[in-house]
Amino acid sequence: MKPDDVVITAEDLRVWYGTAGDPVRAVDGVSFELRAGEILGLVGESGCGKSTLGRGLLGLMPDGAERDGRLLFRDKDMLTLKRREQIALRGRELGLIFQEPLTRLNPLMRISEHFSETLKAHERGITKDQIEHRSLEALRLMGIPPTRYKAFPHEFSGGMRQRLMIALTLVLRPSFVVADEPTTALDVLVEAQIIRMLHDLRDTYETSLLLITHNLGIIAEACDRVAVMYAGRIVEIGDAKTVFRDPQHPYTRELLRSTISLRTTGLNYIEGAPPDLSDPPPGCRFHPRCPDAMEVCAVRVPEPRQQPNGSRTECWAADQANGLVTLTENERIPLAKEVIAVADEA
Amino acid sequence: MRHWVRTIWNTRGLARWILLAGLVLVVAFVVMAVLAPWIAPYDFNQTRVDGDKLPKLAHPSGEHWLGTNDQFFDIWSRVVWGARTALEVIVLSVLFSILIGVPLGLVSGFIGGWADRALVFVMDSLYALPSLLLAIVFSFLLRDALGGGIVAAALSLTCIYIPQYFRVVRNTTVSVKQSVYVEAARAIGAPPTTIMRKYLFGNVVQSVPVIGTLNAADALSTLAALGFLGFGIQPTEASEWGYDLSRALDDAQAGTWWPALFPGLAIILLITGLTLVGEGLNETLNPSLRRRRLVPVRMPAMGPSDHYGALPTPGRGPGGRP
Amino acid sequence: MPTKPETPTTGTTTGTDDVVRISDLDVHFALQGSALARLLGRRGRTVKAIDGVNLGLRRGEVLGLVGESGSGKTTLGRAVLGLVPSTAGSITYHGRDRGEVVVSELAGRELRRLRTDMQMVFQDPGAALNPGMTIEEAVGHPLVIHRGLKGEELRGRVAAALEKVGLAPVERYLSKYPADLSGGQKQRAVIARAIILEPEVVIADEPVSMLDMSVRAKILQLMLDLKDELQLTYVYITHDLASAKYVCDRIAIMYLGRIVEIGPTQEIFDNPRHPYTQALLKAIPEPDPDRMVPRDLPRGEIPDAAEPPLGCSFHPRCPQAVAECGWESRDLRALLEEHWTRNPEATYGAERDMVGDLDKLDKPELSAHVGTKDAAGTLALLNRIKAEKPDEPFWRGVETLEEDGNGVAITFTEPTDPALRRAGGVDVACVLYPDPAD
Repeated sequence: MKPDDVVITAEDLRVWYGTAGDPVRAVDGVSFELRAGEILGLVGESGCGKSTLGRGLLGLMPDGAERDGRLLFRDKDMLTLKRREQIALRGRELGLIFQEPLTRLNPLMRISEHFSETLKAHERGITKDQIEHRSLEALRLMGIPPTRYKAFPHEFSGGMRQRLMIALTLVLRPSFVVADEPTTALDVLVEAQIIRMLHDLRDTYETSLLLITHNLGIIAEACDRVAVMYAGRIVEIGDAKTVFRDPQHPYTRELLRSTISLRTTGLNYIEGAPPDLSDPPPGCRFHPRCPDAMEVCAVRVPEPRQQPNGSRTECWAADQANGLVTLTENERIPLAKEVIAVADEA
Repeated sequence: MRHWVRTIWNTRGLARWILLAGLVLVVAFVVMAVLAPWIAPYDFNQTRVDGDKLPKLAHPSGEHWLGTNDQFFDIWSRVVWGARTALEVIVLSVLFSILIGVPLGLVSGFIGGWADRALVFVMDSLYALPSLLLAIVFSFLLRDALGGGIVAAALSLTCIYIPQYFRVVRNTTVSVKQSVYVEAARAIGAPPTTIMRKYLFGNVVQSVPVIGTLNAADALSTLAALGFLGFGIQPTEASEWGYDLSRALDDAQAGTWWPALFPGLAIILLITGLTLVGEGLNETLNPSLRRRRLVPVRMPAMGPSDHYGALPTPGRGPGGRP
Repeated sequence: MPTKPETPTTGTTTGTDDVVRISDLDVHFALQGSALARLLGRRGRTVKAIDGVNLGLRRGEVLGLVGESGSGKTTLGRAVLGLVPSTAGSITYHGRDRGEVVVSELAGRELRRLRTDMQMVFQDPGAALNPGMTIEEAVGHPLVIHRGLKGEELRGRVAAALEKVGLAPVERYLSKYPADLSGGQKQRAVIARAIILEPEVVIADEPVSMLDMSVRAKILQLMLDLKDELQLTYVYITHDLASAKYVCDRIAIMYLGRIVEIGPTQEIFDNPRHPYTQALLKAIPEPDPDRMVPRDLPRGEIPDAAEPPLGCSFHPRCPQAVAECGWESRDLRALLEEHWTRNPEATYGAERDMVGDLDKLDKPELSAHVGTKDAAGTLALLNRIKAEKPDEPFWRGVETLEEDGNGVAITFTEPTDPALRRAGGVDVACVLYPDPAD
């Protein structure tokens, strides 16, 4: 695999949920690329659509949901794949790590049986010895001793179960793994261990990883690139160091400011709440809460553009500041927003 | 409460039809029962009119819509008055069961300890016994004290159903007791009675309406069975379908079908109606198979300002495509 | 900025102005044994959720209880309120109006009366509110219970409390149900309910951990503002050291039912002494892209609270452990398993028969035995392991290591269970810091 081998290409990807009324536009036009061995962090608050995006990429959607746009895995068009082909790809090439590993592990089956079932389902003709060898190898890489190979899931602690699930996902050597809040339910020290293991994956397996989380600290430490998601769209995407040091989009900036870390000296927050995804605001979706909003932001949807620092963002203020567009006098007038009451907070 | 009413109003699909069909049936019988004095041409035990005895086993005709039976009763009247009997007994027995079973379950689940364990043992034992046998036993026991009327019949049925409410409410209470808001209630200093009343009660009785309607259906069939066997309501007290059915069976073999058909049909229809209401409620309030009617998603084509297309080059003008 | 009390805050020594004093507190829970054990009448194991805690809560301070799952921080908060019964020790409350009350001995109505002075804010605001009660009913209920208020007077007090927490205009919220509110709004309602009786002490159990990042700061700021306005004393329970640093005056780090380090916030962060504290600080993910994932973190996880490690509970994971930290047979098993995890698969295959049945090592003992008739082989294996990682703290605790006919017998150094002792500006429970009292 060449290092600049593109594994996932998404263009204008949309995932909408059906409801009793208007559809929920959980993912509403998302574009990005993911290369082999790359770790892309997807960060956003609750309700921004990041989980939907992660599962939508794998085709795991609830009833009544529809996908649209373009989604390529290597050169396969994922949206037109027949169901059987989709299922064959899942596990083999596409992996998913959940937040709560207990839901995936059958309490009545030993670990060895879990591995055996997984491997046999996807690799026909694999021998018992090969199964044992591959499984023990996967366990070793995740720090689980071989003495536990015949144990049952309930004999493992929380952190070990998560490592176990990661081992089960990786034993098939998928090219692309979505990790949806893999450490949110774990303690700080265990979380750090697991993030480190995920980070080292790409050296061992050259797996591409989409790491979904709301924790900016993890993103900063473990990811190569980061995509910030708001109201169903990626508002900023770029190299992790660049985005953290020089955020272009006001939401990214405010999110960084409101994160409480060891160096926090004052408490900051973002007024208001994320919009209702079945009826997003006109123009830029962040404009009701944006400290830099201008008149144009409430009217016209900003176009995604590459900024001089290399990140791609969609924001009139950033475009204006970086000289990418020329707005009229009227368009640049700061937006007079209604005072956002507690009534509208998250 | 308002949540339930809203849910029922908004239900669609199969659950709604089941519920409606059941309600139609039940309401028909309720109307029959309430308006009995005006609908039924004869009293429930009336065998004479103006001194003349009514015909025996007369065919259904304009005179007697459903015919008469071997006791000189007008069958239509018996069916109508029987509806009143049936509903009175059902309502009383289910009401008594709920009034005893629910609070008992709530308190037992809340208090726990040996009292709870003892009660669970008693209730489980009662539940394990065949309900008809239990009903017969209770009916015997109560006959001396209360006679053979409606109240006695209702009470004999009550005892069968108490365990069901007890079990469900007790089990729900035990799990809801662990909720954070119950702990919060203790944290604000609410005494146990207040916790049970305000924090537990409303949250543990969701299953009761469904169980109630299904119990009603079962109560009716048990009542009819009791009447059929002669243990139920005595004919001198009220008209009862099961009793009529038992009297009619011999005649049915001889070819007179109408004394058996109509009481039997009444039993079946009302039980079916009640069961449909129960199942319909179950589907509505506790949806397992309920599928919300989802509006199919139709995505409009993306407008120029939604498009990403190829990664844009810097310096492009606002709006518009290059 | 965090408020600093006037008196210099030092350690756990109980001061003259302690509003709550906890002495030698034990809270043990009995675990249900297996069905068979219960049938045979054998008692199940006990979990020592709190194992000998001494703590003084100073009036007007914000004391942080920081720890991971199983540390006992949540249980400690509930014990102070009397929501869980204490097994041993005492909790004394020195109220401003009430005088001295021993909380751990109260029950029933007297305990409930105490609720006017000590209240709680819960972690999950959605779960902490009764789904069947409106906000007005929920927030006003404490007043109904304790003061018997109703009607206009009740509504007035509820409205005032809602305004204080920022749920204004109040008319919009009074008749709403919890399901109609967002996470932040629900938590404000929970806070309103907690302060409506004007308590003295508020235990906040992870009050913001379930809220979005953009709202956390708001709710924390609200709590700090209320503290000044109503002269509250807070116990802030959390696993998030970063927010504890901002909000707390003093921090107590807890591990498996004990306080392992306690001191003024600044001191804890500038100069963490206990190896666990040091690890926590290193492990916190910082949104700083120049930081890499920390690599040298303690291994393993929080141990089983029903059978905690001998000696210091942290020793199996501690990179700085020494001889008397409590080495035992289970550590030997961990050593072997770690060796096999480190080495390729073939190693395990070759060596597993040399150690015999490892399940024997699962009972914590100060002596252990591994191996089979081939005692020499087992000994060689152990020496190989030692040669691979000679700095492994385990070896410092091995007193004797010799062959016997059936394998290798090992004895460990007698363990010390460190109590909190003064070390500079903090109190720490670690033998690395000699007890000045000795």
